[in-house]
Amino acid sequence: MKKSSLLLVLSFIFIACGSDDDNNTPADVAVDLRFSQIFDEFTVTSLNLSTTVYVNEMNQELTISRLRYLVSRLVLTNANGDSFSLSPYHLVDLSNSQTLNLNTDMTVPEGDYTLSFVYGFNEEDNQDGAYADLNAVSWNWPQMLGGGYHFLQMDGQYNVNTEPAPFNFHNGTAKVSEGVFEQNFVVFNLPNTLTISEDSTINIQMNIAEWFRNPNTWDFNVLNTQLMPNYQAQKLMQQNAATVFSASIE
Amino acid sequence: MYKKLTYCFLCALLFISCSNSDDDKYIATPLDLDIPEIFAQNLIAPVIPANNPQTVEGVALGRKLFFDPILSGNGTQACADCHRPQNAFSDPRQFSLGIDGIAGFRNSMPLQNLAWNFNQKFNWDGSATTLEEQIFEPVTNPIEMNNTWPQAEASLKNHSEYPQLFKEAFDGATIDSVLVSKAIAQFLRTLISGNSRFDRHLMGENILTPQELNGINVFMSEELGDCFHCHGNPFNPLWTDNTFHNNGLDESFTDLGLGNVTGDPRDNGKFKAPSLRNLAFTAPYMHDGRFATIDEVINHYSEGLVFSETIDPLMKAVAQGGVQLSEEDKADLKAFLLSLSEPGFINNPDFQNPN
Repeated sequence: MKKSSLLLVLSFIFIACGSDDDNNTPADVAVDLRFSQIFDEFTVTSLNLSTTVYVNEMNQELTISRLRYLVSRLVLTNANGDSFSLSPYHLVDLSNSQTLNLNTDMTVPEGDYTLSFVYGFNEEDNQDGAYADLNAVSWNWPQMLGGGYHFLQMDGQYNVNTEPAPFNFHNGTAKVSEGVFEQNFVVFNLPNTLTISEDSTINIQMNIAEWFRNPNTWDFNVLNTQLMPNYQAQKLMQQNAATVFSASIE
Repeated sequence: MYKKLTYCFLCALLFISCSNSDDDKYIATPLDLDIPEIFAQNLIAPVIPANNPQTVEGVALGRKLFFDPILSGNGTQACADCHRPQNAFSDPRQFSLGIDGIAGFRNSMPLQNLAWNFNQKFNWDGSATTLEEQIFEPVTNPIEMNNTWPQAEASLKNHSEYPQLFKEAFDGATIDSVLVSKAIAQFLRTLISGNSRFDRHLMGENILTPQELNGINVFMSEELGDCFHCHGNPFNPLWTDNTFHNNGLDESFTDLGLGNVTGDPRDNGKFKAPSLRNLAFTAPYMHDGRFATIDEVINHYSEGLVFSETIDPLMKAVAQGGVQLSEEDKADLKAFLLSLSEPGFINNPDFQNPN
């Protein structure tokens, strides 16, 4: 008896919802984000850290043991120009599976959108010590190099087939000279349409291989460690960042 | 006026009747952690489990237990014997001795700022996932306090003071191992160090020497010490990243560290990066206490690194043995490191033996 009255109530609700749809008001749906990493055809997860050998454009064999990166100002924009801010910033740490998914509090009307975000922090957001959660995981960029936060930390070994040697591919504000700094973030306005409906997740993907080839071919024998204070290395990374991210619906 | 008086009278009656009728009712007094200003400004909230809130009575009980040999198998050893206040709650001996005189194989870790261990992996090898859980280990470890929990519980139950203290701390509950762990964990969470000379410098006091100031420069320069990737920075004043690294001590491992806990060979030879606070009191250094002085530690990172398969790539200059600091930079770095030590922490009267 109870069950049947519940069903009755539910069907009323269903009908009520149904009539809303008739008015052509798209339903609001939650937006979830997933961050995935590949090295061209290879999926990169915490399981691959330190073990899977990748080959860069220079035919240098490398392993990756740590990968963390920051994106900020994640925004969806529809054809009317309405924009929906998904998250002010998010740090992805490959070794911490919780960071690979971001269930935002944001709901948006079902429909077509494009995604934009900033790789790293822009100048306004990149303030020394401003984010307690990022401080707690030592994500800070030294003040002597302009301060703020790291944008990327990728650590590993190169020439693993011959004489393994470490690389620290760290990116953040570029130091031009003593006390003179240059912003190094990249704004992404991804051109493709993302059709968002119930239960869809936006997959933001980083192709690590792009860091090492496009447009600048990376030679680990020349640029491997102590890249943070190296102005040229910082700008090469920023240039190569432009093609590492893509987004799709899954 | 009369109404008010009557009300007060009624309230008083209520209060009296409550205290008369409910002899076994205890409500412990909530106690806030004394969070240093520099932590409040820069860090997320400390970790306090919902099922073990800090209370005045709980902390006092935990402190009494910490300094009391009653938890050990033969009543001779307290937590504080291997975690001595004067050594920032570590042990000046390379390896602590258990109640039967048997030595351990790792150096006793200092106990400080444990509520800010955000990823909740305790011990050199991350083998405990809460502070409460950590406390279970040494009591029954045969080469440490070598007791059984039933026996420890019985000793406490037969004691003239403890049954009452547990009631007061835990709302009338009876003594068991879980409550012992909770009480000690509450006390340990009060062991907070955040007022060193360097902290005061960060808070705006102009007190550091030029040598100390150059030392932080060595610490923060990727081309010099490059210490900050693992050991915090002025905005992470814990001076540790609370994670695990192989810092190039050995070519092969007798102690697998984190790898022994996770079973993952990629973790072999990794140990927790300890905080750099209170180094003046915590010699010897490293998980196995192999270095007697801070100078030896600095020399290790400067010239002593050796390669092994799981070495952290942040040990970037391993091919040259290390970052090759000049003698002057080494001295400056050491001066800075010592500015993170806080005599007020080890001498805090609230942290001493109450028994």
